[in-house]
Amino acid sequence: MKIHLKNGHLIDPLNGINALRDVFIAAGKIVAIGEAPTDFHANRTVDVSGRIICPGLVDLAVRLREPGYEYLATLESEMQAAIAGGVTSLACPPDTDPPLDEPGLVEMLKYRAKNLHQCHVYPIGALTVGLKGSRLTEMAELHDAGCVAFAQAEAPFADTQVLRHALQYASTFDFPVWLRPQDPALARHGVAHDGEVATRLGLPAIPVTAETVALSTILIIAQETGARIHIARLSSAEGVAMVREAKARGLPITCDIGIHHAHLSEMDIGYFDPNCHLRPPLRSSRDRDALRAGVIDGTIDAICSDHTPVDEDAKQLPFSEAEPGATGVELLLPLTLKWAAESKLDLVSALAKITSLPAAILGIAAGHLSVGATADICVFDPERLWQVSAQTLKSQGKNTPYSGFELRGRVTHTLVNGNIAFEEIV
Amino acid sequence: MWLDPSNPQLNTNGELHHLLSLEGLPAEVLRQILDTAVSFAGVTQREVKKVPLLRGKAVFNLFFEPSTRTRTTFEIAAKRLSADVINLAINVSSQSKGESVLDTVANLAAMQADMFVVRHAASGAPHLIARHVAQDIHVINAGDGRHSHPTQGLLDMFTIRHYKGDFNQLRVAIVGDILHSRVARSQIHALTTLGCPEIRVIGPKTLLPAQVNRLGVHVYPDMHQGLKDVDVVMMLRLQNERMNGALLPSAQEFYKNYGLTDDKLALAKPDAIVLHPGPMNRGVEIDSSVADGKQSVILPQVTFGIAVRMAVMSILAGNS
Repeated sequence: MKIHLKNGHLIDPLNGINALRDVFIAAGKIVAIGEAPTDFHANRTVDVSGRIICPGLVDLAVRLREPGYEYLATLESEMQAAIAGGVTSLACPPDTDPPLDEPGLVEMLKYRAKNLHQCHVYPIGALTVGLKGSRLTEMAELHDAGCVAFAQAEAPFADTQVLRHALQYASTFDFPVWLRPQDPALARHGVAHDGEVATRLGLPAIPVTAETVALSTILIIAQETGARIHIARLSSAEGVAMVREAKARGLPITCDIGIHHAHLSEMDIGYFDPNCHLRPPLRSSRDRDALRAGVIDGTIDAICSDHTPVDEDAKQLPFSEAEPGATGVELLLPLTLKWAAESKLDLVSALAKITSLPAAILGIAAGHLSVGATADICVFDPERLWQVSAQTLKSQGKNTPYSGFELRGRVTHTLVNGNIAFEEIV
Repeated sequence: MWLDPSNPQLNTNGELHHLLSLEGLPAEVLRQILDTAVSFAGVTQREVKKVPLLRGKAVFNLFFEPSTRTRTTFEIAAKRLSADVINLAINVSSQSKGESVLDTVANLAAMQADMFVVRHAASGAPHLIARHVAQDIHVINAGDGRHSHPTQGLLDMFTIRHYKGDFNQLRVAIVGDILHSRVARSQIHALTTLGCPEIRVIGPKTLLPAQVNRLGVHVYPDMHQGLKDVDVVMMLRLQNERMNGALLPSAQEFYKNYGLTDDKLALAKPDAIVLHPGPMNRGVEIDSSVADGKQSVILPQVTFGIAVRMAVMSILAGNS
């Protein structure tokens, strides 16, 4: 299949391209940018004038809910949502049921995903058996099965000794470890940021120290063990300052935030909106502003959707009993565009946060549009307004704080391996 | 949408449709409830203590958390308004069978309920129920988690107004476990709305919520300073499970520092009144000589509570 994307505005952050360029695709690869190669006869020419062509998005956290939570979502529904959102590579956290702690489970997931011919799926293996926080998984085996990194997801370690051993062991093989910094005791029973809103609404709170105490432990052990650490879902101004300081003294860590935390704060909980019950909790507007500044100055490398489809039954409960999380893989692009516009940030830098930079964290050859690269491409209309609703979302999870909102920026085509995996039906 | 989206307790005419929290209720609505309660206080003194305002209406007391006092006063209030009252202690029936709150409510609504009085351990449960009931059903929050206990807050305001006349010259102290108290939050919102110029909260730092000053109160970790020259002392109940642990070392030490004794009460104005939402822990947050003393208005609070709950129910029924 030879495809010619014609008259589009190409933005390729890694290669520093931001100009009108045609893209030529053959045999799954990008074969030329700008001028057609000699003897190129497209099977299909797509006129994308007025649209932006960028690398397919790379999302560091998409819960596909398989195995174990098929009633919440399936690979089919969530991968369709991903490509509708322009995401061509995604990492899935190990918090499935059973967790991704055995090679067989990982192989099955990869096999099922591959047969759907949609986006590329990169499983994150469980760091401990059953995510119970005490016994290490067979990381080398899991790595061979396809795990690109290891994580404990939202589950705590039995104690700091296990964390230290896990980092020592992972560093033996140079496996990256992704950790969400949260001290389980300080966060116990908490459901909202320990601030004005939790005080007003009487919600059990999670103090910022739950993040900073855990982060401090992680940074010290990372320094000691030399483990490759990725800090997942930072939420506080103090956390950003600590990561900035650690990077300044040369600690080789990377860091991400969820896109909702770049926009929302505790105030958005309003009258107990369960769609704003997230992990980590939405913090103060001061924290949100610090996260935004941290993304711009590079302290925070990447933005992910932290996609968590939850069904109505699990959300229509009192706030503290509602299952945390928001659907987001289809909102990653428009919400990143919204953040860039509000921050007066250029599109090249903004798109890097959801393409080339997360690809580098995953260690995959994606997130750029170099000649010869796999043709994983997102084409979107940057001006198109669309309304977020249960009807417009393909994800089985309709749980979003943005329900009913109009967002700007709509994906029209998603190419994976040089094939048009998603095309907007007009 | 018949409810105001920015304040789901009010209909689009600004009238009370549900009573979920005292936060965000306009002063006129609070005064309307207090004024209406004055007339019902008269009813409760009569030989025939009944008026027919809610005749033919079904009031469901939905108690997802145990309560004797609040449930009983709601029951009395509804019966004095001639309503049919159905009491359901749901913690021992459907919840243990795994039925969700909304399913329980939907089933009861199908039995032609007109009003739900809801007590729940989770903050925000009455809001959730109010969002999902039919337009002609009213929800009254009878206490949700640490969030709100609006009728308690209102009866406290009724009591203060009864003894002190007005709010705009008062200095009020709220003492004890502010962190876990829905009563304290309701009192703070009501007092600020009704124009009380100085509200103090007194307690150890383990029992004060984050940024509580943002609610418009002054924080006093020292009770002696906090009680100085106050007109009203509102004591809070300290739950047994919080007396010995990481929040407080012992009930004795709490009593020593934050228990209301005659000596400490002497720091307040000579005509200061003492309130407590009950049930009291004598010798923990309050000394018996204060609880039973001449400045205590704790028993009148209970009596006024019935009139206030009658007022709330009749106003909601009238705003259908």
